[in-house]
Amino acid sequence: MSRLDLADVSPIAEEAPLLDVQGLTKLYGGRVGCEDVSFQLWPGEVLGVVGESGSGKTTLLNCLAARLEPTSGTIHYRMRDGEMADIFALSEPRRRLLTRTDWGFVHQNPRDGLRLSVSAGANVGERLMAVGARHYGAIRAAATDWLDKVEIETQRIDDLPRDFSGGMQQRLQIARNLVSNPRLVFMDEPTGGLDVSVQARLLDLLRGLVRDLGLAAVIVTHDLGVARLLAHRLMVMRGGEVVESGLTDQVLDDPQHPYTQLLASAILQA
Amino acid sequence: MTELLRIIDLEKGFTLHNQGGTRFEVLNNVNFAIEAGECVALDGPSGVGKSTLMRAIYANYMPQAGHVLIRHDAQIVDMVGAPPRLVLEVRRKTLGYVSQFLRAVPRVSALDVVAEPLRALGTDIETARQRAADLLQRLNIPERLWKLAPATFSGGEQQRVNIARGFAAPYPVLLLDEPTASLDATNRSAVQGLIEEARKRGAAILGIFHDREVREALATRLYPMQTAETA
Repeated sequence: MSRLDLADVSPIAEEAPLLDVQGLTKLYGGRVGCEDVSFQLWPGEVLGVVGESGSGKTTLLNCLAARLEPTSGTIHYRMRDGEMADIFALSEPRRRLLTRTDWGFVHQNPRDGLRLSVSAGANVGERLMAVGARHYGAIRAAATDWLDKVEIETQRIDDLPRDFSGGMQQRLQIARNLVSNPRLVFMDEPTGGLDVSVQARLLDLLRGLVRDLGLAAVIVTHDLGVARLLAHRLMVMRGGEVVESGLTDQVLDDPQHPYTQLLASAILQA
Repeated sequence: MTELLRIIDLEKGFTLHNQGGTRFEVLNNVNFAIEAGECVALDGPSGVGKSTLMRAIYANYMPQAGHVLIRHDAQIVDMVGAPPRLVLEVRRKTLGYVSQFLRAVPRVSALDVVAEPLRALGTDIETARQRAADLLQRLNIPERLWKLAPATFSGGEQQRVNIARGFAAPYPVLLLDEPTASLDATNRSAVQGLIEEARKRGAAILGIFHDREVREALATRLYPMQTAETA
């Protein structure tokens, strides 16, 4: 057994994926949003979806997150009891509970994901109440803990998010999503629209949270630097289709498809 | 002795689709194995594909054909065609790679950059930071810099942080791309010391060492490389 032999290569372990997407297509009338997208995502894995504006990545994300009904194709998700549930076959209340507790969705614009007229603490506590938490002290304690984790001074718990900076609002939105202990988080350009220095802080925070919580995530971004830092795997989209996918550093350093080569060579060296 | 890495009929070329579809071959017919406790130096002129071979072994580049077999825990994994999560698992536990440049992460201190590979193996933060501090000390990074993010360091300091990071975890297989290039004599011998220690604990090491003295001191064997035949 000291010699390595091709005949002795171990079979690849079959593990059940967390998310199983097959043939996902979304048409808007005759126009293609995304077409025939298939992939699987495993617990703890971060998948980056990259491509230019109009490539279909946001349409894909909205379908995955059950915010948009696909024209055809299936999405199965492994529920906490192990059942592979067809997302669009779930009853509306069950699907809503799933998306509000076991999933998170981080919008590019934090104002789309926050309630601006209630306090920071209430924004974070709301999802806990959706899963049945009623004890005020416990909810407030969890909210305080999460504000601290996303580096927001805890004495600002009673302030309204509209008085926060853009970077703080984005961190609050992340806290609001993660407080319910989700297993899968969707993010749409989470660092878009932020100053570069604010971006760096948010990226570092996201990287740490994803790693420490073992989250699975699908992150849409047009920024290949963000993708390199956060994603384990990439899917490159163009015209609604996935043109290349694989290990992040392999796709970026040794792109195979002409379009990916164009994208990768267009990065400005800072 | 136990083989930890075996390369079989590896082929790698590049097609530049946006430059008229230019195609060039870099590697073909690469075959060798490395046992525990060996340090094999890639030998050949600049441009022959030594770094490309390392990147292909690390699965950073995608070979067109061939196999990269590696002993990973109780398994034997072929890095060519392995799913991304298995490649990442092999990189986390088994296969280390010291590239020529540090890819700095914003806001993370030098100490934590070096400690990170051990943290990823589940080592507690105190032990990981202690090992990181020892390495930074050996590589003569002044202690006042340890808490700072390496993005602001000089090129030489960044390179040494990168080496410290590469040696933090006890990888069974190590790929070293010019680890001693442009280091002064003191730091060069510190790095040589780390490589010798890794080899003596039983690591299988593949290295590119341009400095002849370093190569002769470290390599237990050479693997000669030749320009690939053009298809």
